[in-house]
Amino acid sequence: MPQMKTFPRPMESNDQQNKSGQRGGLLLMLAVYSNPRLLSAVRGAVERLTETLGFSAVQCRSITRAVDEALANIMRHTYDNRLDQPIALYFRSAKRCQQGEIESGLEILICDRGRAIDMNTLRGRPLDQIRPGGLGLHLIRQAMDIVEFTRKGLTNQLRLVKYLAQTSNAA
Amino acid sequence: MQISTRRHDTATIFDVSGDIDFANSPEMRQSVLREIRKSRTARVIVNLRQVRYIDSSGVASLIEGLKASHDLGSRFILIGLSTSAREALQLSRLIKVFEIYDNEEQALAT
Repeated sequence: MPQMKTFPRPMESNDQQNKSGQRGGLLLMLAVYSNPRLLSAVRGAVERLTETLGFSAVQCRSITRAVDEALANIMRHTYDNRLDQPIALYFRSAKRCQQGEIESGLEILICDRGRAIDMNTLRGRPLDQIRPGGLGLHLIRQAMDIVEFTRKGLTNQLRLVKYLAQTSNAA
Repeated sequence: MQISTRRHDTATIFDVSGDIDFANSPEMRQSVLREIRKSRTARVIVNLRQVRYIDSSGVASLIEGLKASHDLGSRFILIGLSTSAREALQLSRLIKVFEIYDNEEQALAT
């Protein structure tokens, strides 16, 4: 059995979205090792959580896909296919005010302690090229409203946010 | 993920079931490419009816199968796409690259 590793904690960000909105509490936390066999378990949890939060079926699938692709990228590129490295996922409720309307949503922080990522490698490939590879990042960006990558100290953090359809501020 | 292979007169048919993700797409890729190069049939059909989820590495494996088939003069056909599988191909803008039919009968009749 591998030695229990300390799982990374999320960083606080000071981006514009958080200044204009407010961050809710923790909904779910998952701590997994970098073993691809665990991906299906994470997908199951994310799909159930997004259903519970009221996302549409299409959005549930796309958010689940984004998290799955992000984890696979960490396992492959950040941890170089090692199976016993720590990854922590934090799911928190998110809110923002857009033109007088309150939008609720889901913020997902995915933290690892792998090597620093070269930002140039995060671009993905042009979609007009018909060749394998480089699709994951496109799928993540298409699914989410916000995709941000941060490195602080030894921790990489990917922040994904998806907002639900608008609800009235007066409601 | 499970994959099995059948032979028809003019086709090699792969029946895939389960989720195709980073954990098992290398296995699918290896099986499909090996059989395509060995069988050299006019059609290669991948039956995805029992596939609930396919990630970008699975899509990449299908692209490799498509290229290997075309290199050998074979057609590469997908059948029985689930909603999730269809979404993966649409989001990666590869849906038009593949020959897609609803079922095996249609794929064999064309």
